[in-house]
Amino acid sequence: MEPRTTSRRNFLALAVSVPIGAALASCGSAGPTPAGGGATGAAAGSGAATYWFLSTQPQEGIRKASVDRFNAANPNAKITATTFQNDAFKTKIKTALGAGQAPTIIWGWGGGGLRTYVQASQVEDLTPWLDQNPAVKNRLFPSSFGAATIDGKIYALPCEAVQPVVLFYNKTCFEKIGAEPPTSWSDIMALVPKFNAAGIAPFSLGGQSRWTNMMWLEFLFDRVGGPELFQAVFDAQKDAWSNPAALDALTKVQDLVKADGFIKGFSSITADSNADQALLYTGKAAMMLHGVWTYGSMALDGGDFVSGGHLGYMNFPPVDGGKGDPSNTVGNPGQYLSIYSKATPEQKETAKKFFATAVLSDEEVKQWTDTGSVPIVQGADKLLASSKDAEWLQFVYGIASGAKTFGQSWDQALSPTAAEILLDNISQLFQLSITPEQFAANMNAVIGK
Amino acid sequence: MSPTATPTTARGSRNGGLAWLAVPALVFFVAFGVVPLVGVLALSFTTWDGIGDINVTGLTSWQAVLSDPGLPHALWVTFLVMALSWAVQTPASLLLGVFLANSQRYRAVLAVVYFVPLLLSSAAIAITYKALLDPNFGLGAGLGIDLLVQDWLGVPELAFGVVIFVVSWQFIPFHSLIYQAGVRQIPKSMYEAAELDGAGRVRQFFSITLPQLKYTVITSSTLMVVGSLTFFDLIFVLTEGGPGDTTRVLALDMYKRGFQANLMGPASVIAVILVLVGLVLALILRRLGGRDATHSQMEGA
Repeated sequence: MEPRTTSRRNFLALAVSVPIGAALASCGSAGPTPAGGGATGAAAGSGAATYWFLSTQPQEGIRKASVDRFNAANPNAKITATTFQNDAFKTKIKTALGAGQAPTIIWGWGGGGLRTYVQASQVEDLTPWLDQNPAVKNRLFPSSFGAATIDGKIYALPCEAVQPVVLFYNKTCFEKIGAEPPTSWSDIMALVPKFNAAGIAPFSLGGQSRWTNMMWLEFLFDRVGGPELFQAVFDAQKDAWSNPAALDALTKVQDLVKADGFIKGFSSITADSNADQALLYTGKAAMMLHGVWTYGSMALDGGDFVSGGHLGYMNFPPVDGGKGDPSNTVGNPGQYLSIYSKATPEQKETAKKFFATAVLSDEEVKQWTDTGSVPIVQGADKLLASSKDAEWLQFVYGIASGAKTFGQSWDQALSPTAAEILLDNISQLFQLSITPEQFAANMNAVIGK
Repeated sequence: MSPTATPTTARGSRNGGLAWLAVPALVFFVAFGVVPLVGVLALSFTTWDGIGDINVTGLTSWQAVLSDPGLPHALWVTFLVMALSWAVQTPASLLLGVFLANSQRYRAVLAVVYFVPLLLSSAAIAITYKALLDPNFGLGAGLGIDLLVQDWLGVPELAFGVVIFVVSWQFIPFHSLIYQAGVRQIPKSMYEAAELDGAGRVRQFFSITLPQLKYTVITSSTLMVVGSLTFFDLIFVLTEGGPGDTTRVLALDMYKRGFQANLMGPASVIAVILVLVGLVLALILRRLGGRDATHSQMEGA
């Protein structure tokens, strides 16, 4: 069958006119996008604001409840909330900022991520507003403002709960081998063969998630070389990763891997499925270094593990001869809310009103303590005593308020570029496929980037 | 859209015929294929973190990517995934396709069962396999089969094998379907003649079925090879390129640089490389199949 042939001229005419038409069409739609496009729909132009945050329970419910309370109190300036899963959120918010379509209120982790927003002038400087409203600022933990401060100015309001990383352990496992919880790094190394001999993995680790491995390095760096060690990296000092103390910490972690300190197959285990927590409460692993947010899910999923008092917890033990203060901790000093700089003035007003009246209101504070979290509000410890998890909450409050230095998670503190390379190298370090020296060399190459 | 473009050409061409029918396809291709491609090419000469201003910086992104040892590694991994998944999928789906081409009822039932993986999204498949392969709570531990209790996603060779297996598991049904259709188009008379000449089943397969399926093999291989360049979702969810960078294919490298490390310039460079590699491969495959693989000289292509 002979198809009807199209003359070359006709085809060329088509081929030329179509792209031009398409280009014109795309220009038309790309042009007049209103600034602060986060508020879409009929409500745009009034004080209606938008707010994006993470969708994990129980935190999601608390965030949502705060928004609902605010909306009930302010029917003229409502906030529309949208939730996202963790990794999707990180990508989505960046794309939205780049496209000028970000929400009025931007939820985040502060640190290096916030710095990139600030460098692109995407978020509002909150310093003057906080100076006018000292009450808002003074009721929060001072340590929580560190990750919100870029070049001396505050670009985000700390919110929600403090999340240090602590060492969890299964008391039943320790009773089984007749051992005491470790009080030093050498104790840890001595416990490893004992647990392995009893068929219990010394440490649970969701190694596929990579940031889980990072928490080990954060603590070892602090305990071996003190907070100055990572601060040097943060301040972009040349070859900061090659510091002998850093190499010592990296070697220590590899020693632990080589001694089978972590459960067999840890690189196949993910943290987002909570499999690492399950290993601890099922008694397959004796200890776990993890963020305090895992307490809630272990209480929920672990049967009587938490309620029956089988869960033990402590701060990371000191390393013999190390420089770090044993009270130091690492983790998330808080979560952070920023205001999108391209939002309309009315939207910004709504956001500020939300910050002043709804964020960490008394109701919200109570909800945080009810779920086993310590909100970053001064004097929250008085509220904690009446909670069913009082002992645990006092412990977390003690760590958070008593820490000489509260180190921010490295992947949040560093720029996204450096953080990605860091996580890559950490997973290779735990695979033993690179040496501490190679790790240091790879990381030195991205210092300050 | 482009109301000015269509009518003029359509009206002014009595002998031009039905060319305007191509307009919708062309518009979509240009809007979603060519325009982004030009955009990516332009971005590859810039430095952009995805949020701030775009700075034109010439060849810095190209230099950064081309001098990075990660690039040859990612290319190699991509090639391995392509070659191994082709080598696993082609024989398996060819045999399955031939098997399913006969019309007994049990084969029709099996065909439906085999088809199921294709209905599932890659992300769902990856999450399921991840759960099944968990060394402590997965299939092996649950059934008490020690052989299945391995560090599946933690040992480089195993993780790579898992990726190939899952990819094959997902796509063999699709290619079986293509082969099934191909086999059904082969004239029955050929087999009857062969049978008269005393050819056995194996001989019939190699002397009739396989040669007759030549163009089907090329079509299916093209889809496999070019498709494997774009494997992203499955590998991303399953291993996230790990352990280390063992399964970091080009597409994953691109995403990680662009959206996780905020380096849109280098990510665009990789995108351009990806497009070029894909074009070259498609071209080679067409050459392999003779000048005109899409034109069939027989029924059953």
